[in-house]
Amino acid sequence: MSLLTRTAGATADDLKPSSRGPKESILSRGAALIVMGVFTLYFLVPIWWLFIASTKDRGDLLTTNALWFADWNFFANVGDLLTYNDGIYVRWLLNSLGYAGVGALLATVFAGMCGYALAKYRFRGREAYFNTVLGGVLVPATALALPLFLLFSQVNMTNTFWAVLLPSIVSPFGVYLSRIYASASVPDELIEAGRIDGASEVRTYFTISMRLMMPALITVFLFQFVSIWNNFFLPLIMLRSQELFPVTYGLYSWNTQLNQIPELRTYVLVGSFLSIVPLIIAFLLLQRFWRNGLGTGSVK
Amino acid sequence: MQHNKRAVVTGVALLSALALAGCSGGGSGTDNGGGGDAAACAPSDGDVTLEFTSWIPGIEDVAALWNEENPDIQVEVQTGPNGNGGTYQSFFSQLEAGNAPDLGQIEYDALASFRVQDGLEDLSVCEDVVAAEAEFIPWTWGQVTLGTDGVYGVPQDSGPMALFYRSDLFEQNGIAVPTTWEEYKEAAKAVRAAGGYITNFSTADINQFAGFVWQGNGDWFSNNGEEWTVDLTGEQSTTVAEYWQELLDEDLVATYPAWTEEWNNAYNSGEVWTWNSAVWGANSISSGAPDTAGKWSVAPSPQWEAGDASSGNWGGSSIAVFKGTDHLYEATKFALWLNTSDEALTALNKSANIYPATTAGLELPSLQEGVEFYGGQKIYDVFAEAAAQVNPDFVWGPTMTQTYADVSDGFQKAVTGQGTLLEALAAAQESTIATLKAQSIPVAE
Repeated sequence: MSLLTRTAGATADDLKPSSRGPKESILSRGAALIVMGVFTLYFLVPIWWLFIASTKDRGDLLTTNALWFADWNFFANVGDLLTYNDGIYVRWLLNSLGYAGVGALLATVFAGMCGYALAKYRFRGREAYFNTVLGGVLVPATALALPLFLLFSQVNMTNTFWAVLLPSIVSPFGVYLSRIYASASVPDELIEAGRIDGASEVRTYFTISMRLMMPALITVFLFQFVSIWNNFFLPLIMLRSQELFPVTYGLYSWNTQLNQIPELRTYVLVGSFLSIVPLIIAFLLLQRFWRNGLGTGSVK
Repeated sequence: MQHNKRAVVTGVALLSALALAGCSGGGSGTDNGGGGDAAACAPSDGDVTLEFTSWIPGIEDVAALWNEENPDIQVEVQTGPNGNGGTYQSFFSQLEAGNAPDLGQIEYDALASFRVQDGLEDLSVCEDVVAAEAEFIPWTWGQVTLGTDGVYGVPQDSGPMALFYRSDLFEQNGIAVPTTWEEYKEAAKAVRAAGGYITNFSTADINQFAGFVWQGNGDWFSNNGEEWTVDLTGEQSTTVAEYWQELLDEDLVATYPAWTEEWNNAYNSGEVWTWNSAVWGANSISSGAPDTAGKWSVAPSPQWEAGDASSGNWGGSSIAVFKGTDHLYEATKFALWLNTSDEALTALNKSANIYPATTAGLELPSLQEGVEFYGGQKIYDVFAEAAAQVNPDFVWGPTMTQTYADVSDGFQKAVTGQGTLLEALAAAQESTIATLKAQSIPVAE
C-alpha cells in the first residue's frame, strides 16, 4: 500500500539525483564510464606501445612516433628473434610453457584434493592445518626464494628443471579456494551415496566431487599459470644455465646486455610482445569457466 | 570407510618418507661444502670440469675454443643477467649454500664486496698468476689486488675514458674542441648559445662521476689491511662536484635519465654534443644514435690542468675464482688463457667489444682499424693512450651498491634543485660508513 502511494505520488522532484534507491543518475553513470575508460586506456596503452615498437626496426624505434607505425618490420623482427642464438627464445618459451603448464596442472590437482579433504573430512587438527595454509597465502613468493635455494642446494637440485617446477606446484590460495568451493558445491549426500554404492573415496573424488568443483579448479589453474609464468625471482635465484630459463628471465638477461649487443633491443621488445600471447590465449579459453566459477559460489 | 582413510594416510606418509629418503640420498656424498683445498695450487688428478659464470655475450664460443684444445680441463659456461642485474645476488647465495661455480665474472667495483664476504680464493698462491702481472696494464692489476698482497682475480677488460664529440657540430659553429675542463665549460656556454647541450649529466652513472674523480688522482676508499677509510668528500671529489654543480646551475648540461629512449634520442637528434665515456661507449653511441653515423670523433678527456695527461676509468671486470673450488690450479690456468691469449682476446673483442686489460691486447689487429661510425677515425688509438694514463691506486669500497644508490639519490635531488652534488656526496659518505659498521667491517674515522 505504502509502495503504491509513493509511486502514485511521485513528482519530478523525487526523480532528481537526490532521490534514494538503486537507480543511478546519468551523471554518476557518466563519471563511472569516464573513470573506467581512462583506466582501460591506462592499461592498454603500454601493450599498444609494445606492439608498435615490435613492428619497427632499430633506427625507427628511436626516431619515430612511439604510438604509431613506421615501416612494417614485424615479421622480419620475429624471424630474427626466433633464429638468434640458435633459437634460444623458442626454447625459453617452451620452458615457460613447461613450468607454467605442468606446474599449474599439478598445483591444481593437489590444491583441489587438499581443499576437498579439508572441507569434507573431519580429522584432528583440521582447522590448524587450514590456518597454516591460509598463513601461507600471506607469505610472498619472493621471500621464500632464498630459503628454497639453500634447501635445493642441500640436495644438489639447483639449476635443474625441478628447482623451478617443484616450488611452483604449491598453491595455498588454491587450497583455500578449493575448500570454500567444495564445502559450498559438493553436497555431503552425494558423497554418502557414492559410499553406499561401494565407490572408494578416491573414486568418489575423481568421478563426482572433482567435476562439481571444476569451476574453482579452473580458476586455481589460471591463477597459478599466470603467477608461474610471471615468476621472475625464483628462476633468477635457482637457474644458471641458459637452456633452462623461462622466457621472462631470458628476456631480462638480454635486457641487461643492451649496451654490448644493440640488436637485442628489438628482440627484447618483440620477445616481450610474443610472450604475453600465451597468457591472453589462456584467459580467453578459460574465461567462460572462470566467470562461472567466481559467480557460482556467491549466489548459492 | 575407516579402513580407507587409514590407507590413504599411511600411503601419504609412506610417499613423503620415500621422497625425503630420495632427496637425502641424492644429497649425501656430492655435497662439496665450502671448505675446498685452498692452500695449494697444484694440478688435480684426472680430468676436470670447471663451472664458469659470465654474462659476456658470446663467451660460450670462446670457452669452446679452450675446450677443444684442453680435453682434460673442460669449461662449462653458465650465463645470466649482468652482475648488478642479478648475477652477483646469485653468486652470494651460491657462496652461502656452498655450491658456487669455480669461476665467475666480477666487475672491479664489486670485487671488494666479495672479498669482504670471504668469497674469493687468493690467487697469489699460484705461480702462474703472480708471473702474469707484468702482462697487464698496471692499474688493472691494482684493481684485483685491492691494495693488499693478495690477488683476487685476473683482470679481463678495462674502460679508459675519452671524449666522444660531434665533430660536425663543433666545426659548423666554430667551437674549438676543449682540452681542459675550463675550456669545456666555455665550450658548454657556446654550445648552449647554439641551442644544444654540451653533455648530459647522468644521475644514475655514479661510475662516470667516480671516473672524473679518478682522473684527478682523487680517491674514494682506501684500505690499510685492517681498516677502511671512506673519503667521498675529499679534495678532488669536491672539485669535481663543484664543477658539475656550476654547469647544472647555469643550465649548460641536459639531465635526461641515462640509458633511456629520451637519452638516446637526445644524442640521436643532435641536442647533446659530447659524452665523456669509456671505450665501450663507442658501441652505445652507434646503437643509440644511428642517425649520427660519421659525425662523431674521439679526443682525449679534458684535463684539470693544461698540459696534464691523465685519464679516468669507467667499468671493466675480472675473472675471479670462488672459495670452495677443488680446482684452483686449473681455474687460474683457464682465467689466464681467457684474458691473455691473443686467440681469446680477439674472440672476446669480436663478440662483445671487450677491451683487453693486457698491454699486448691493446695491439690486437681489430683495435688498429678505423671505425666507420666515427668517420674512419682510429678511435682505439686514443683509448690505448688513455689506458696508460689511469692512476693505478684507485680502490673501490666493499659496499659499492649502497654507495652508488645513495649518491644517485642525492644527485637526483641536486638535478631538480633540491640540494647540491656536494651535499649528496656528504650524505653518501655518512651512510657508507654506517653500512660498513653495520656489516662489522672496520672503518677508520
